[in-house]
Amino acid sequence: MTRRSLKDLQVGDSIPELRVPAISRKTLAVYAGASGDHHPLHIDSDYARDAGFDDVFAHGMLSAAYVGRLVTDWAGQDRLRSLKMRFTGITHLYDAPHCTGRVSERFEVLGEPRARVQMQCANHNGEAKIIGEAVVALV
Amino acid sequence: MFDTNLIGHSLGQRSITVEEWAVRWYANAIGETDPIYSDVAAARAAGHPSLRVPPTFLSCMEGWLFKTFDLLALAGIDPSRVLHAEQQYEYHAAVCAGDTLTYEPRIVDVYDKKGGALEFLVKASRITNQSGVHVADTRTVLVQRQLSKDQ
Repeated sequence: MTRRSLKDLQVGDSIPELRVPAISRKTLAVYAGASGDHHPLHIDSDYARDAGFDDVFAHGMLSAAYVGRLVTDWAGQDRLRSLKMRFTGITHLYDAPHCTGRVSERFEVLGEPRARVQMQCANHNGEAKIIGEAVVALV
Repeated sequence: MFDTNLIGHSLGQRSITVEEWAVRWYANAIGETDPIYSDVAAARAAGHPSLRVPPTFLSCMEGWLFKTFDLLALAGIDPSRVLHAEQQYEYHAAVCAGDTLTYEPRIVDVYDKKGGALEFLVKASRITNQSGVHVADTRTVLVQRQLSKDQ
């Protein structure tokens, strides 16, 4: 992975987007196995319908992982200081996640320059599913 | 409204050793292709002792140590009505496969919104490694939806 300097990052700069293939039942089954989150709302259509949903839907933490990738693909994990995410909508089957971010602030903590990045994970229709914020070190 | 006596309740302290295969499976499941998450040689070439643990994988291991369903039962939350509302992480030091992590989760808040239609439970976990280094803090907010009007 490239480790280019982020020292010149400015407020308002966009970070490289992340586009993810549409969510399939297989995506959810593989994620359930790897994450250990076997909640039936995500893998059992009968259970999901009984609970009032049209069908199974994506784990919130799967989209959260995509938001994590948005940051680490761009800045590298060594620079990541914090991640905060609010789940604002359900990611449905066949939604194609699209993660974006923009620098909102530059500041310093104990002499380390840092940037705050406002992020979102939306579906292919632009409906936000996660609103998030990352702090990265500009080193 | 959830029982406010839950606030401050410690779930105890449990440890887990991060397995290479688990990191690799997780990286595959989230479409992560950077080899530092799947190829030990690449991780070492990048200066890590083994596979790097992706930032969100900390929550998975927490879920293996402390079953979410146990937490829901403790708080009297209906699993079919619960959703994940928020997730936060503070990272203090790198975590790699081979590390042994100790999680200490506590319930730190309960509250409601919309006249009780939405009930929230907040859990915070301190994570340390085998050397006693404080590597991360996680914060999880769960929400229970009220039953729909026709129920």
